[in-house]
Amino acid sequence: MNGRPVRLLPLLLLAAPAMAQERPVLTVLAYDSFVAQWGPGPGIEAGFEAACGCDLRWATGGDGAALLARLQLEGPGEVDAVVGLDDALVARARATGLFAPHGLAPALDLPVAWEDGTFLPFDWGWFAFVGRRGGPMPEGFEDLAASDASVVIQDPRSSTPGLGLLRWVEAAYGDRAGAVWEALADNVVTVTPGWSEAYGLFLEGEADLVLSYSTSPAYHLIAEGDAGYVALPFAEGHLLQVEVAAALAASDAPDLARDFLAYLVSPPAQGLMATGNWMYPAVLPPEGLPEGFESMRPAATLVAPPLSEEAREALVETWRAALSR
Amino acid sequence: MARRPVALIPGRLAALLVALLCLGPLVPLLLAGGGGLAPADWAALRFTLWQAALSAALSAALAVPVARALARRAFAGRAALVALLGAPFLLPALAAVLGLLALFGRGGIVSDALAALGLPRLSIYGAGGVVLAHVFLNLPLATRLLLAGWEAIPAERFRLAATLDAPVWRLLERPMLARALPGTVATVFALSLASFAVALTLGGGPAATTVELAIYQALRFEADFAGAATLALVQYAIGGAAAALAWALAPPPPWGAGRGRPVARWDAGGRLARWGDAAALALASAFLLLPLGAAALRGLAGLAELPAGTGRAALNSLLVALGAALACLVLALPLALRGGALARLAGSLPLAASALVLGTGAALLLRPLVAPSALALPLAALVDGLLALPFAVALLGPAAEEAEARHGRLADALRLGGWARLRLLHLPLLRPALGLSLGLAAALSAGSLGVVALLGGDEATLPLLAARLLGAYRTEAAAAVTLLALLLGLALLLLFDLWGRRAAA
Repeated sequence: MNGRPVRLLPLLLLAAPAMAQERPVLTVLAYDSFVAQWGPGPGIEAGFEAACGCDLRWATGGDGAALLARLQLEGPGEVDAVVGLDDALVARARATGLFAPHGLAPALDLPVAWEDGTFLPFDWGWFAFVGRRGGPMPEGFEDLAASDASVVIQDPRSSTPGLGLLRWVEAAYGDRAGAVWEALADNVVTVTPGWSEAYGLFLEGEADLVLSYSTSPAYHLIAEGDAGYVALPFAEGHLLQVEVAAALAASDAPDLARDFLAYLVSPPAQGLMATGNWMYPAVLPPEGLPEGFESMRPAATLVAPPLSEEAREALVETWRAALSR
Repeated sequence: MARRPVALIPGRLAALLVALLCLGPLVPLLLAGGGGLAPADWAALRFTLWQAALSAALSAALAVPVARALARRAFAGRAALVALLGAPFLLPALAAVLGLLALFGRGGIVSDALAALGLPRLSIYGAGGVVLAHVFLNLPLATRLLLAGWEAIPAERFRLAATLDAPVWRLLERPMLARALPGTVATVFALSLASFAVALTLGGGPAATTVELAIYQALRFEADFAGAATLALVQYAIGGAAAALAWALAPPPPWGAGRGRPVARWDAGGRLARWGDAAALALASAFLLLPLGAAALRGLAGLAELPAGTGRAALNSLLVALGAALACLVLALPLALRGGALARLAGSLPLAASALVLGTGAALLLRPLVAPSALALPLAALVDGLLALPFAVALLGPAAEEAEARHGRLADALRLGGWARLRLLHLPLLRPALGLSLGLAAALSAGSLGVVALLGGDEATLPLLAARLLGAYRTEAAAAVTLLALLLGLALLLLFDLWGRRAAA
């Protein structure tokens, strides 16, 4: 064996960190589908790196709620910012004391009022069940519960859509939410930790329906040219979700983290939300929404009250109890 | 009994250490937990007990015809089949899950066949899948336990029964089963109670959540230390009760089972008995081999799309496995040399614990000092080594007793004590058992998921990487990574075993 490359290798390994250190590193924790090849992550990375002269590194691990638990469990470590918490998690996230104010004041195009100096909205959407054209089309939760349509949902403890569904049922049915969940239990094929797993199962044919967003069919229509998927309009109305990002208080690059948040709500990044994250952008791009994006725009919007930690725990326990019968 | 002054002090130290490691985590758990169980936690407890009972009953019931056929039939490949029955014990649980998915999953072979016939596809997510996987993993062990029972019946009795034309089933087999079945059921029950990887991947929601999985969810999903601690106490209690029951009822692990020859039987010559035995063996082999073969094929296909980080994960798995083997050895050897009730007790303590219970305790202890995720790999090695301890003590104990019985007096006469006795007397004679113990600990660790999955961190092992890929429905890549984990475990087992046997030769 020729010895030379072997002897060179340790030198290269020693040199590698030094070369990388020339550019500051920004580590951003985000949910899986955000960073996926077909998600907005790669475009945002390229755009922000060109502007900041830094190295943007993604870290992933499940959906928004699991990201928050991970930060609590493992500490912030290298993480400078997190992308993918939502309005339902804000109280819980604030209570951890892990996050720092961003000091930005962008003009947002949200359908709800938003005033928060720490958690910055980057996109929003309506939760909806997505199915196949020609498949079961229940028109509401009670209709779904009475049907034998199968559905995949996400765990509310780890996933923001999962928690959103609990708030949706709660907003629609109030005290009857527990009973509705008990009726829905036999429709639920499985509960996944995150959105990606649930949508993957649905696409593999494991269920008729999946909990996702009213804009999910746009992905199939626009990116795949497939009109075979539909978002189901529910008579109860649809709950609105606002997804947020935040900088970590323990970041060793707070300025860079703030620059990243500013970039996230700037036109180049916002332009990637509709056809990358398949959500409504928080700042509407000048060119507007793409053709076919709003294949189903809910007639009625349900607004859930801000969620305290006690209320979140109560929702989760009602759901766990109903589904474990 | 031979006195072994050399081994008394290290033996006591090791016993103390094992007690600290197994019972120590109870302190932070008791301090943090005890907050009461939510209705869904009670449901998890009920499901855990129910699925373990069902898995145990099915495994034992199905094992009866298979063990009986093995006990009374001589055929080509019998030795290989018996050896194969030892394999699932060392199999990463994920390999079983992937195999069953490849066969019985929605996109599996059986579903494809059903769909071709116009029938609905199968789905193995949920309670059914959990029990199926546990039967798959434990049917071989149950078969070997019962086979040991059959082999313990002296061949002369079968001959005597034949001469007297006496009913073999009523006189010999049924009493044997009455003795052997409770221990078999209790053993599988105890193993299925602590199921994590299977419930994680096949569970699918609150209706099919084990207590181990609930511990994981409380920590990973909600960073809920109090809830996790309470659940860990519950798991410790049921695990301890089941382990004590299995310990009281079960024979020691049947490593030697099946080495005996089948007994020629005059009562089994009928066509019905012959066909029945053949069917039992063929069905059991198919049930065990087809999923593994399907998973291996998928794994081979997935080797081309191994994700980045596989090499790093393999290195981590290797280090954890070697660390587990070392930890197991350091604890097991002094216990085995000391012998006696203390060693037996200390050696069986880890049976009550589980990876997630110990991991939660460690996380609570370390949290004020350091992020537990930073120590995930060393903790995994320690916990895996501890969990392999009962098997190592069961292997090393008898070997140490035999060494003392054969050469102890000579060593006493030569005034061999301390290190000299260990080096000249014990190590050479114990080397085969040492090799197998190290190999077992390393192989079990290479396939284990629990602690690393619980504590997280940036460093993955092969099973954790496979679980993540499976979660992302990259089934082929998951199968490939699991195949690597399996090969790593087997390679370590064979290497250590070879090292042990070379001395004996």
